[in-house]
Amino acid sequence: MVDGKPNNEQQTTNNYITMKLYLKIWRQKDASSPGKIVDYTLDGVEGDMSFLEMLDILNEELVSKGEEPVEFDHDCREGICGTCSLQINGEPHGPDRLVTTCQLHMRKFNDGDTIVIEPFRANAFPVIKDLIVDRSAFDRIQQAGGYISVNTSGNTVDANCIPINKHDADEAMDAATCIGCGACVAACKNASAMLFTSAKVSQFALLPQGRVEAVERVQNMVRQMDLEGFGNCTNTGACEVECPKGISLTNIARMNREYLSASLKG
Amino acid sequence: MSLIKSSLARKYVMALSGLFLVTFLLLHVTINLASVLSPDFFNEASHFMGYNPLVQFLMQPILIIGVIVHFVMGFVLEIQNKKARSIGYVKYNGSANAPWVSRNMIYSGLVVLAFLALHFYDFWVHEMAYKYVEANPEDPTRYYHETVEKFAPIWRTVLYVISFVLLGLHLWHGFASSFQSMGVNNKYTPNIKKCAKTFAVVVPLLFAFIAIYHHLNPITH
Repeated sequence: MVDGKPNNEQQTTNNYITMKLYLKIWRQKDASSPGKIVDYTLDGVEGDMSFLEMLDILNEELVSKGEEPVEFDHDCREGICGTCSLQINGEPHGPDRLVTTCQLHMRKFNDGDTIVIEPFRANAFPVIKDLIVDRSAFDRIQQAGGYISVNTSGNTVDANCIPINKHDADEAMDAATCIGCGACVAACKNASAMLFTSAKVSQFALLPQGRVEAVERVQNMVRQMDLEGFGNCTNTGACEVECPKGISLTNIARMNREYLSASLKG
Repeated sequence: MSLIKSSLARKYVMALSGLFLVTFLLLHVTINLASVLSPDFFNEASHFMGYNPLVQFLMQPILIIGVIVHFVMGFVLEIQNKKARSIGYVKYNGSANAPWVSRNMIYSGLVVLAFLALHFYDFWVHEMAYKYVEANPEDPTRYYHETVEKFAPIWRTVLYVISFVLLGLHLWHGFASSFQSMGVNNKYTPNIKKCAKTFAVVVPLLFAFIAIYHHLNPITH
């Protein structure tokens, strides 16, 4: 303590001072049942816990009391699989930027905070149970054209044999970092899936291997996106801000160009 | 056919009709400015616009179609977008990731649409009645007086100025956004955005200035 103020070492240890949180969590028995917000109070939350670890603690308490635990999606817990979701205090993946929910630390919250936790909302992402939503609409968009046809008979040519401009390769790689978590849809006021679809279109459109099927790809993926019932893009940019991988709006512009060009070609 | 039905086609239609209306605004504000700088030129330009067959029977219908397409498509998009999330969030922090103007285009657009109804009543209906119902003879000198007299009542001037503020907010997002919708997002985009936002401020300000100027400088008989 220096002049009555905590020094740096003590501020670091503040992360270990436990927090008491007031949680408002969406509980829904199954897809056909109506859901509601249920209040929980959780004590002993540490700043170094991840958001999902905080929910694990809550679930341990609920199980020990004989109550049904809160269901939520998770897998890798290191921000690469795109499985975790959650709308936290009105933002997908919470208030931090460029992180998934599993990478969100509780030090972003304060003792006594109320945290509202809801599932991602879109008619194309129906709730399965509690905080788990069905994001298979993204799989169907991907299946509609998010691939290249390659001869795998044993004569496959090494992709590195084709010279590719570094700028294009970098942009394709940036687009390919989309983990398909659905935060773009959750953030968009229109529940639009254009950032996801455009990233998947772009990662192929920028590479020579992807150009072969580019016309059909963009048309088929956009058609599937519309069939799934996602909303229209009105360029608010919320998706780009909330994307844990920083997928850029330039991908949507590229998809708009690709689609216009493909449609005019027939 | 797929182009007509797709969500992307709706973006193109909104963007292109919006860009068309922006070019019209530029023409409109230029002629309006003449009512402050040179009443004679304003009379000449207004008479030309009012009696030139190309303007009256080709450009005017195209303009009206452009306005109708833009707002009808705006309503269609709004309805579809609301349907895409029938159960909303208990807590939705929209201001954390998108500016207010971009999230409320429907409201700024509705105010502009209501203004258009008043504006059509004030000028277009009057003009149609003058020319075709009352069948008055051509008078190339009447426009300046008619325009200035319109802004004599304070209520009309205030309504016009409020509408211009909302028009500015609508343009602030809409003008730059139309380039993104048409697939233009490249090294020129920062400058395009600067120009579009400058337009969104300057043009409505000029419209408001002209309305206030004529209110404060009535024609004395």
